[in-house]
Amino acid sequence: MTILANMLNPTGRRLAAGCGVVVSLLVGASAAPAQEPIKIGLVAALSGGSAKSGEGITRGLTIAIDEINAAGGLLGGRKLMLLRRDDESNPANGQTAARELMDQEKVAAMFGGIDSPVALGIVPLANKEKVPFFSVWAAATPITRNGANPNYVFRVSAVDALVDKALVQYARKTFDAKNLGLALVNNPWGESNEKGLAAAAQEQGIKIAAVEKFEDRDVDMVPQLTRLKAANADVIVLVANAAPGAQVMKSLQRIGWSAPVISHWGISGGRFTELAGPWSQKVAFIQTYSFFGLQNPVGQKVLSALKAKYSDIKGPEDVVPPVGVANAYDAMRMVALAIANAGTTDGDKLRQALESIDRYEGLIKNYARPFTAENHDALNENDYIMVHYIGDNIEPIAMK
Amino acid sequence: MLITLALISGAGLGSMYGLLALGFYVTYSVSNTVNFAQGSSMMLGAVLCYTFAVTWRWHPALSIVLALVLCALWGMLVERIAVRPFVVRGSNAWLMATVALGIVLENVTLFVFGKEPRNYPSVLADTPVEIAGFSLQPLQLIIPAVGLLTAAVMHAATRHSKAGKALLAIVQNADAARLMGIDVARAISLSYAASTVFAGIAGILIAPLFNVSSDMGTLFGIKAFAVAIVGGITSAWGVILAGLLYGILEALITGLLGSTYTQILTFAVVILALALMPNGLFGRAGVQKV
Repeated sequence: MTILANMLNPTGRRLAAGCGVVVSLLVGASAAPAQEPIKIGLVAALSGGSAKSGEGITRGLTIAIDEINAAGGLLGGRKLMLLRRDDESNPANGQTAARELMDQEKVAAMFGGIDSPVALGIVPLANKEKVPFFSVWAAATPITRNGANPNYVFRVSAVDALVDKALVQYARKTFDAKNLGLALVNNPWGESNEKGLAAAAQEQGIKIAAVEKFEDRDVDMVPQLTRLKAANADVIVLVANAAPGAQVMKSLQRIGWSAPVISHWGISGGRFTELAGPWSQKVAFIQTYSFFGLQNPVGQKVLSALKAKYSDIKGPEDVVPPVGVANAYDAMRMVALAIANAGTTDGDKLRQALESIDRYEGLIKNYARPFTAENHDALNENDYIMVHYIGDNIEPIAMK
Repeated sequence: MLITLALISGAGLGSMYGLLALGFYVTYSVSNTVNFAQGSSMMLGAVLCYTFAVTWRWHPALSIVLALVLCALWGMLVERIAVRPFVVRGSNAWLMATVALGIVLENVTLFVFGKEPRNYPSVLADTPVEIAGFSLQPLQLIIPAVGLLTAAVMHAATRHSKAGKALLAIVQNADAARLMGIDVARAISLSYAASTVFAGIAGILIAPLFNVSSDMGTLFGIKAFAVAIVGGITSAWGVILAGLLYGILEALITGLLGSTYTQILTFAVVILALALMPNGLFGRAGVQKV
C-alpha cells in the first residue's frame, strides 16, 4: 500500500486514502448483521490416559449447543460457540488455559474435565474473575464446597463425599464387607476420597483394613496390593483413572487375588477394558447415568442426536463414557436457561440466575431447584447407579 | 516375599535401564557425545512395533525386525542432523540438539499415534505362571535375559568382529585409527544406530507390561543417563550392572516404603554415589597427557 502511495502525487495519495476509508466502511457495514457469538469454554483432558473423558464431555456439550443454536440461539439470536483447551491432566496447564479463556476469549461460562486436581486449580481463578465454572465430571468435594462467597463454581456430577457413602453401602450390601482395603491414587482426588471413605465407613460401622497409595504413572502396584492382602482386606475400593486403575487390575491378576473390586468412576474416563484386559470385567463402579434401558424423552432425543452426529455411535453401548456426555448435556442446557433468564452473560447475574433455576426437565432427571446459594451440586446420592463393563460396554448392574 | 518380588521386577526394569545406558556408552566411547533422545528412541521402538504388529496385524517377528531397522535409521538421522554439524565446529550444542530432537519425535508421535496410552497384547504378559511359589508373567523373566544377552552379544561383537575391533581402536585413539584407514565418521554413525537399536529393543520388551504411549520413554531416558554416569560411562558391563542395581533399588524402595518416595530416594542415592565416586562405580578417570 505504501509503495503504491509513494508512486502517486499528493492528490493521488489523498484520493487513494479516501477510497480506502469508504471501502472499509462499506465492508464494516455489511458485516454488522452477523452477531457476536456467546463463547463457552471447556478445559479438559483431551489427550493422555483420560482422553476419552474429554471426548465424552465435548460430545455432551456439542449436542446441547447444536440444539440451542438450531432453536435460534440465545439473547436475540446469538449463537453459542464452544472453545476447547487441553489441560493434559496437568493443573498448571489447566490454569493457563482457564485464564486465557476468561481473559482473552471472554467466555460466558467454563466447563471442566475429569481431573479433580485441575478443577481445584481453576476454582480460585473462576471465583476471582467472576466467571461461572461448571464441573461436569471432577468429583472432589472441595470443588463446589470451596468456602467462597459468592461462589461461582457449580457442578452437575457426583460429589466424592456422597459417592464414598454409596460405594461403602454397596460393598456392605453386596459383599457383606467388614474390612475395606483402599487403593487410592496419590493426588487431591485420592485424598478427597480417603476422607470420604473413612467417614462413610465409620458411619456405616465397618472398618478400613489399610490405605495404600500409588502414583498416577505407576505401572506396578503389586507391593501395595500385597500389603492390602496382608491386612486382611475383604473388598478393595479403587479410586484412580483408567491408566493406573488398569495397572491395579493387572497387578491383582499377577498376584492372583480375586477380592471384589469396587471403584469410583475414574476408570471409565479412558480405555480401561483395553488396558486392564480380562480382569476389567470384575470391577463394579459408579455412574450418574446410563443410556441403557428405558429413556425419558430427553434421553431418547439426545441418543438420536448422538447417533446422527457421530458415526461411531450406533446404540447405547457405544456412548462410552456415558457420564461425561450426560452431565455435560444437562449442565450446558442449564447454563443456557440461566443466560436466557438473566438476559445477559454478566458473570454475577448469571450466577444468580443459576441459583434461581426453578425447574429443568433434563436428561439425568427432572431437576427442581438444582442450585441454591448454599448448594451448588445438582446431583445427589439418589442419582447414582452401579455399573460394570461387559466387553467394552458400560452396563448397569441389576441391584440386589 | 515382598523382597523377592522386588528383586525380580527390579531386575527386569534394571536391565532395561542398563540397555538404554549401553546406548549412551556406545556413542560416548566412540565420539564423546551422547544421544539425549534415547528415551524417545525407546518409545519409537515400542510405537513402531505396536503399529506394525497390532494396528496393521503383521507377523510379530517381521514387526520387531522392521521396528528395529527403523530405530537404527533414526539413530543415524540423529547423528547426522543433531550431532555431526556441531561436533565438526567444536561446539557442545549437540547436547541441546539431541534433547530437542527427542521432544520433536515425542510430539510427532503424539499427533500420529494418538493421545492415549494403548495396550500391547502379548501372550507373554497375559496369564501369570507359578515359579517357586511366585506368580510372574513370563515376560518378567524374559526381559532381564534379553537385556543381558544383548550386552553379551555386543561385547562379543566388539572383540571378535572387524567392525567391533575398529570401534575399539577408535575408542583408544581416534586419530591413529583414522590414519590406519578406519572410517571414523561411519563408525560414529553406526554407534548411534546401535544405541537406538538397544533403546528400541528395550521399548519393545516393556511395551506389553507398560502400555504404549508417546511419553513412555521420557523418564526412562533420564534415569538411564543417571545409570550410565553412575556405572562409569566408559565401561559397558559397568553400565549394565549399574542399571540392575538401580532397578533393584527402585523396586525395593517401592516395595518397602510405597511409590511416593521412590524417585526422591533413588535419585538421592545417585547423587550420593557420584559424590563418593565421581567417575562412576566402574569408570576410570581419563588421563590427559600434557
